[in-house]
Amino acid sequence: MSANGAPPLLELNAVDTYYGQIHILQALSIRIAAGELVCLLGGNASGKSTTLKTILGIVQPRNGTVSIEGEDVTKRPTSYRIARGLAIVPENRRLFAPMTVLENLEMGAYLRGGGSKEDFDRVYELFPRVYERRTQLAGTLSGGEQQMVAMGRALMSRPRLLLMDEPSMGLAPILVERNFEIIKQVHESGVAILVVEQNANVSLSIADRGYVLSTGRLVLEGKAAELRENDDLRKAYLGH
Amino acid sequence: MSEWLPPESESPEEAVPTTGPAVGRDEWVAREGERRVSRAGWAGTVEERLRRVPWWAWLMLFVAAGSLMPVFESSGYVRLVGFNTVVYMMLALGLNLVVGWGGLLDLGYIAFFGVGSYVYAIFDSAKFGYHVPSILIIPAATIVGALVGLLVGLPSRRLSGDYLAIVTLFFLELFETVATNGNQIFGHDITGGSFGISTVFPLSFAGHTLAVQHNGIFAVSYYYLAIVMFVIVYVSLFFVNNSRTGRAWRSLREDPLAAEVMGMPVNWLKLTSFATGAGVAALAGTISTALNASVYPLNFSPVVLITLYAMVILGGSGSQPGVVVGAFLVSVLLQVLQDPGQARVLFYLVIVVGVIAAYRVSVRLAIVAASTAVFGIATHAIAASFHHSWVDGAHGGLAGVLANWVVVPERLTPWVGQVAYLLLLVGMLCATQLRGRLRLVTLPPTLYLAAFVWENQMIPNPGPARYIVLGLLLIVLMIVRPNGLLGERRVEIN
Repeated sequence: MSANGAPPLLELNAVDTYYGQIHILQALSIRIAAGELVCLLGGNASGKSTTLKTILGIVQPRNGTVSIEGEDVTKRPTSYRIARGLAIVPENRRLFAPMTVLENLEMGAYLRGGGSKEDFDRVYELFPRVYERRTQLAGTLSGGEQQMVAMGRALMSRPRLLLMDEPSMGLAPILVERNFEIIKQVHESGVAILVVEQNANVSLSIADRGYVLSTGRLVLEGKAAELRENDDLRKAYLGH
Repeated sequence: MSEWLPPESESPEEAVPTTGPAVGRDEWVAREGERRVSRAGWAGTVEERLRRVPWWAWLMLFVAAGSLMPVFESSGYVRLVGFNTVVYMMLALGLNLVVGWGGLLDLGYIAFFGVGSYVYAIFDSAKFGYHVPSILIIPAATIVGALVGLLVGLPSRRLSGDYLAIVTLFFLELFETVATNGNQIFGHDITGGSFGISTVFPLSFAGHTLAVQHNGIFAVSYYYLAIVMFVIVYVSLFFVNNSRTGRAWRSLREDPLAAEVMGMPVNWLKLTSFATGAGVAALAGTISTALNASVYPLNFSPVVLITLYAMVILGGSGSQPGVVVGAFLVSVLLQVLQDPGQARVLFYLVIVVGVIAAYRVSVRLAIVAASTAVFGIATHAIAASFHHSWVDGAHGGLAGVLANWVVVPERLTPWVGQVAYLLLLVGMLCATQLRGRLRLVTLPPTLYLAAFVWENQMIPNPGPARYIVLGLLLIVLMIVRPNGLLGERRVEIN
């Protein structure tokens, strides 16, 4: 994938994930190079969340490997993978509601000892609003602010690959657009991003490449621009 | 879409969107802070001032008040109650660490109290002939308690809710069984069996023994030592709670999955919380055993565990000052309520405070108070007009004063009391379930009935009465403050 022959930042190689007897991910292979913005599209029950769980090590694949920069981490725990440069903005944000914004950010950098001043400054620079709200309880923020804190919390661990689980979920359309602008901004600061989305339109507009999942199988992959022109995808997701 | 609908709110203006797209439930929640600050009048000012008093000032005030107790109270009994209360406070702090911060339902907590007690008793008693210096045995017992906690926690691998509760409950049973039958483990006597160990040495530091009794009454030095231990535990737990680990515990309690994907070592964090709590319990066990000079398996029955949970829940699980106040209240209450006269004062105090807390200082409060008084006077007058013996049952003190208001007959036909009791239960249900004007109407008769039942049914039977008052207190509290006395109001996302 990479032009210079370096191993990709994240690679899923022929992964099969089961929940008990149910075969969820079927021979799924995904590659993300450093600095890329990739989106993973799929409808309900297509295996998007399971893919993320497999990447993070919350579920173990039965076959196949997950590797970060060429290192096989399939058997490694979640904390190891986070330490190797992964971070996630979970679906519905999942902030720690009764804790302050500051404490939430600190928890994001748990493995790095709670984060240095530069880490906090970086987040505040991206999201001045978060700085204003830093002493407030996370649960009292508005939806858009919570999304910023969730992203800030993930960035606190200085990830090289940021996983975004359904960033448009539960947000008003205007906030979704702003959200994706923020994603773009974070991406431009040098972080590779994997956006997992149902909303193909917005995701493809900012992504470099895209994968399309359907019932646990990869049905399409390619450059974002090409995918947007793809008739099947247009019928299925873009609605025109 | 329902997420964007305005929330159900009593005052419509709060739900009206004002700015931008970020309206709806979130915005409404966001104004919670503004609304709280804007409470007008002197009550709001006082509340705001009190909020600014630093935690250590409260602690110093509390400890100073506690330390002065023996100066004014020379009764050995009261001092002993004071000592037990401080031990309960320590236990509550430890349980709060596990339940309130770690979010782990530990039903075997009291067993770790037992571990500390037995370690002290075994290595510092005439029964086995050991006499390890207190300066060594106290930390050692604490560490052993924490290690046992670690061992109990380890097998229940993911340490989640129900599984942990069952495993720890099993451990408590196991502990009791071992303690009760410990006099014949492979032919060796280790725990003294059901008779326990009754020849435990008092604490001794550098060859100087702290006598348990002084001139025949409880030696106050143990009380002060317990306070010192309590302060140490309180302050260190305060700093732990405000450390990264403390915050990690709380985030874990809030959302284990989110905590895990932040890279937190979830199981390890749970284990440390569990084991630290166990260590605190074991520490409390050492001084308690040294004072009582004995230890029995029955000291660690589930009743003690339930009392402890009542303390933590009443005070506000998760709040350090809260559980201390909770422990203080429950421990003192259980003693105070043994005396009918004191129980009476307390009973009316609970009711008055409950009603005030429900209505705050308002017109409605005045209405309730006035109508309850009028209702009582009227009932009393009607009863007196039938026959003077109907209102002649009480004399002297608070009871005599109240008898001008409550109907206390010389002899009460049993069924009247029972019917009144049932009516009271109905009235209580109505008063808690109804809202607004209906509640205003049902409350005065209910309050009067409560007084009637109390004077005629409870006072003659103080045994069950004290648990009923305690239960009542818990019910009132859970209605008025669902998160305990000093517990934080929960803020929910989404």
